[in-house]
Amino acid sequence: MNDDSDHWLVRPATIRWLWRGFIAVLVLTVLAQLVFAAKGYFGVDGWLGFGAVFGFLACLAMVLVAKGLGVFLKRDERYYHERESDD
Amino acid sequence: MIESLPPALILLAAALLIAPLRGHWRTAVILAAPLATLWAIWQVPDGVVATITFLDYQIEPLEGSPLRRLFATIFALMVFTGGLYAFRQARAVELAAAYAYAAGAIGVCFAGDLITMFLYWELMALFSTLVVWSGGTPAARAAGIRYAIMHLLGGVILKVGIEGVVVHTGSIDIQPMLATNFDTWMILTGILINAAAPPVSAWLADAYPEASPTGSVFLSAFTTKTAVLALILLFPGEPVLIWVGLFMVMYGIIYALLENDARRILAYSIVNQVGFMVCAVGIGTQLALNGAAAHAFAHIIYKALLFMSAGVVIYRTGKSKCTDLGGLFRTMPVTAACGIIGALAISGFPLTSGFTTKTMISQAAADESLMTVYLLLAAASAGVFLHAGIKFPWFVFFQKDSGLRPKDAPWNMAVAMGLFAALCILIGVFPEVFYRFLPYAVEYEPYKAGKVVFYLQLLLFSGLAFFLLLPLMRRTLTISLDSDWLWRVLLFRAAAGIQAGLSAAGAALQARRVAGFAALRSRAEYHFGSGPAAGKRMGVFSRTWSIGTTALWIAILLIAYVLVYVI
Repeated sequence: MNDDSDHWLVRPATIRWLWRGFIAVLVLTVLAQLVFAAKGYFGVDGWLGFGAVFGFLACLAMVLVAKGLGVFLKRDERYYHERESDD
Repeated sequence: MIESLPPALILLAAALLIAPLRGHWRTAVILAAPLATLWAIWQVPDGVVATITFLDYQIEPLEGSPLRRLFATIFALMVFTGGLYAFRQARAVELAAAYAYAAGAIGVCFAGDLITMFLYWELMALFSTLVVWSGGTPAARAAGIRYAIMHLLGGVILKVGIEGVVVHTGSIDIQPMLATNFDTWMILTGILINAAAPPVSAWLADAYPEASPTGSVFLSAFTTKTAVLALILLFPGEPVLIWVGLFMVMYGIIYALLENDARRILAYSIVNQVGFMVCAVGIGTQLALNGAAAHAFAHIIYKALLFMSAGVVIYRTGKSKCTDLGGLFRTMPVTAACGIIGALAISGFPLTSGFTTKTMISQAAADESLMTVYLLLAAASAGVFLHAGIKFPWFVFFQKDSGLRPKDAPWNMAVAMGLFAALCILIGVFPEVFYRFLPYAVEYEPYKAGKVVFYLQLLLFSGLAFFLLLPLMRRTLTISLDSDWLWRVLLFRAAAGIQAGLSAAGAALQARRVAGFAALRSRAEYHFGSGPAAGKRMGVFSRTWSIGTTALWIAILLIAYVLVYVI
């Protein structure tokens, strides 16, 4: 940790390896379902890779909804300060 | 009787001592009082321990049950760890207020009747406001006032409901009810305001992040979780709570995703987590209520841990915005590691406390064949990982290099974080030990291979989504409007508009009055005036008449009078 700008964790090579490892783990969790069959409560949640697809799509939907609502809801962070410091 | 010493009074006495004491004596009180309280909590037997007759009511200030002891235990643990975290950094007044606030929470745990519950409820409102004010900034002062107004209003609504129930049923007992009439709806509303339910969720994310770094650790624990306990005691199986809870879950995620301030992200995720518990209370089965209680217990630990981790960052850097932070893992490894453990626990990663408690709630939904609820909870679990599990540690400790090189946590803060991080993992690894303290017997088995695989897929692919969607989540220097906009801006504008309208109307009336008087005056001068204002001519009534003319007129008038009289 002597040279901060070149911490091993932020080197591009490390990040590439982290991504490869991450993708390998992702594939493994889906394949694990072949060994440990999820019985599922409602049928559909027992399909291969249901958790993976559902989790990914749920996050995608939430980020997009947040992004869409942000258009209406986001204000400059001084919004209330300017308003309330008058009094 | 030593057996019936109310645990809340120990903490209240400690709060009174903390303010005047100094040095080691104060430290001793701060650390010993929560432990003494913990001991007293476990001396409270099941059932009503003490009764006092007040007016015509049987007040039951102390009633024990496994559920009540469970909540009181985690509150006492929270006070101890929070005290350890804060005692060298926080101001004495903040610590005293926090201890009194916690005393209120523990008092609610053991309240056997609605009147006692209400008294402790208000104690919490008062002293939590002081904790917010201890933030010391103008923003903290303003947020504290808004916080106090909201909680006093909630208290009034709760009180209206309690009075109604007392008048109509004659009973002040705390017993399960459903929201079927005005009284019970008022009680439910009063409790839900404290749970940060919609449409007033905004008070939480408004006030908590304005407190001091140590104050927000205390704030994160008590108010919302006593509300959850009150819901379990009073409204188990109330169907409306399922949907209120699901709304809170989604609200917390969406707002946390939009947020830039690290502590505000955590505040929104409190609403999200409490939503899980409220939903579980709505499901209302034994497994669901166990899940709500267990999740509240686990949640207090990991949420406090997250606030502690954020608190250290703010204490060391003075910054709390994601846009200002990043890359802190280099010099703050302990804080980063504890933050990550808290983040994994809140996401419900296997081997952490979140997994062994939150999946109970999902299981309860599945057992009741509530497929929509189950899938929404699963989606929310993915969302929690997205907004708190990765977002918080990523933007604070990794992300870009902000150039900040702060020191790591002071020793007491590090020990406090270590304690709670260990608990997060212990409850995750040895759930059966923890399950023994739940209100109902547990036959639930969290670690089934299929379920673990399902949640690993769910969470890890959420992680993938996070990193792929990072460009969409670039932090901006913004806040997000919430329902509090209605009273902070719209109501304010309406009041300003009404004021402007009234003063315009007043000015118009004033102008009319002035013009009216001027007209009256000119008429008067026309008839009576003799000065220059009346012009060249004299007013009719101010002319001087000669004696002869006057005598003639008097004679004519007298004749006219006599004629009229005779006729």
